[in-house]
Amino acid sequence: MTEPILRTQDLTFRYTTAEGVAPTVLDCVNLTIEPGAFVAVLGHNGSGKSTFAKHLNAILLPSGGRVYVDGMDTTDEALLLDIRRTVGMVFQNPDNQIVASVVEEDVAFAPENLGVPSAEIRRRVDEALEAVGMTEYARHAPHLLSGGQKQRVAIAGVLAMRPRCIVLDEPTAMLDPVGRREVLDTICTLNQELGMTVVLITHHMDEAARAQRLVVMDNGRVVKDGPPAQVFQDVVGLRRLGLEVPDSVALMYELRQAGLDVPLDVLTPEDCARAVAQILPH
Amino acid sequence: MNLKDITLGQFFPGNSFLHRLDPRMKLLGLICYLVALFLAQWFVTYGVMLLLLVWGCAVAHIRAKTLLGGMKPVIFLLIFTAVLNMFYTPGTPLVSFWIFTITYEGILHAFFMVVRIMMLICATFLLTYTTSPLSLTDGLESLLSPLNRVRVPVHELAMIMSIALRFIPTLIEETDKIMCAQRARGADFDSGGLIRKAKALIPLLVPLFISSFRRADELATAMECRCYHGGQGRTRMRELRLRPSDWLFLAAMIVVAVAIGVLGQSGL
Repeated sequence: MTEPILRTQDLTFRYTTAEGVAPTVLDCVNLTIEPGAFVAVLGHNGSGKSTFAKHLNAILLPSGGRVYVDGMDTTDEALLLDIRRTVGMVFQNPDNQIVASVVEEDVAFAPENLGVPSAEIRRRVDEALEAVGMTEYARHAPHLLSGGQKQRVAIAGVLAMRPRCIVLDEPTAMLDPVGRREVLDTICTLNQELGMTVVLITHHMDEAARAQRLVVMDNGRVVKDGPPAQVFQDVVGLRRLGLEVPDSVALMYELRQAGLDVPLDVLTPEDCARAVAQILPH
Repeated sequence: MNLKDITLGQFFPGNSFLHRLDPRMKLLGLICYLVALFLAQWFVTYGVMLLLLVWGCAVAHIRAKTLLGGMKPVIFLLIFTAVLNMFYTPGTPLVSFWIFTITYEGILHAFFMVVRIMMLICATFLLTYTTSPLSLTDGLESLLSPLNRVRVPVHELAMIMSIALRFIPTLIEETDKIMCAQRARGADFDSGGLIRKAKALIPLLVPLFISSFRRADELATAMECRCYHGGQGRTRMRELRLRPSDWLFLAAMIVVAVAIGVLGQSGL
């Protein structure tokens, strides 16, 4: 069996406040993520999903329990750089993670920090820009790009570290629908073609539906864990958590309520159309 | 006023001779140019300086309109300098009224002074237009690196500067947005005296400051995520390497400065 790329063991996290009251944000989270997986972490605001993400590359350290990145304990300060180059992190606001005033120089930032020789940096930058489809914008100024393009540059900036895993914390929250699709397609390509492990934190159901595995969090706990088609079956349970199922599943659910025999595990519009076609009288 | 029109410190990507020059040599070349500008005396020397500037613009494909557009903020300074020089230069009087006398020398002096300031600004703009802020700070970092020995944190200063430059357009955009938002709530930024105008800026500055701090915090986290740990052991994608053309450029600029100095001395 291969070593899991990410493993949390009874991960607990509390914020320490001035009054000494410490609300628990993460409560005994046990998750194991295998290399090459595409995992979406779902949850409404305040469910602890962002805090969880920040534990995956040692931005936050657990108050209790352990986080292992490729076998490395995140509390071990000597391993900090190794951990961060293994797990890349992309945040919500693309403006606040772009460091340089030219796209390719921004992408070069991480390998420069790692002390990579310049010829190798050049190669990595070209590769990373190619992977996110931004090669033609290499010499552009980031503030003139669209939101989706900026976010792809931010992803390229992380890719240039050659991480084994990439964690995206609501990367599409500030983007328009076009930008969202661009970014999501990029993420899927990374996972399918480069075999990159992807952890996507989101509250968009249709984004989560594209993952192989869905982890639903509520109140700092993992409440559901499984393939999307299976997790979405529990329409009532998800709604109770303040989450909406994808439109296709919602439609199937309503049809079922109306007494029609349709499957619930339809995630794409195509599957949905097929399912509807089957119940229609010829 | 549209804040987006501010061109200060902006960079226009390109691939001209000026764009490809080593930033260190460009900085030193600019210093030579500025020194020469102060040594220039008369039409001939000023003409040479102007030709150089025009050549620079032509090579870098920067339109004169863009350069002159950057002059807007200093118009007041220019007029002030012109007026002062006109009245306070002794010489052959041309016009005289009350206690003021405009002299022939004064007009010439004022003219040269204004041209000098304009060329000084244009030349500096030419540098920032053709040099990406990052390579500019790289150049500064490299030129100032001897100061590391006397414990000046050169890398950190360069990093601060490049981040500041990177965020100028972002913050300008944000200021525009906040202004619109406050206008929609009835804020008035344009009328009233100086004090009222300054007061009107408070609802603009407070949100701007708060969001800047949030940005700074997020940027710091993002930088840490990308393994930033100070200047130690850091390499560069584009290592600054001097080519013969860079040396040639600097040599030419030094020759220009010396030549202008000599010509200026002889009153040309």
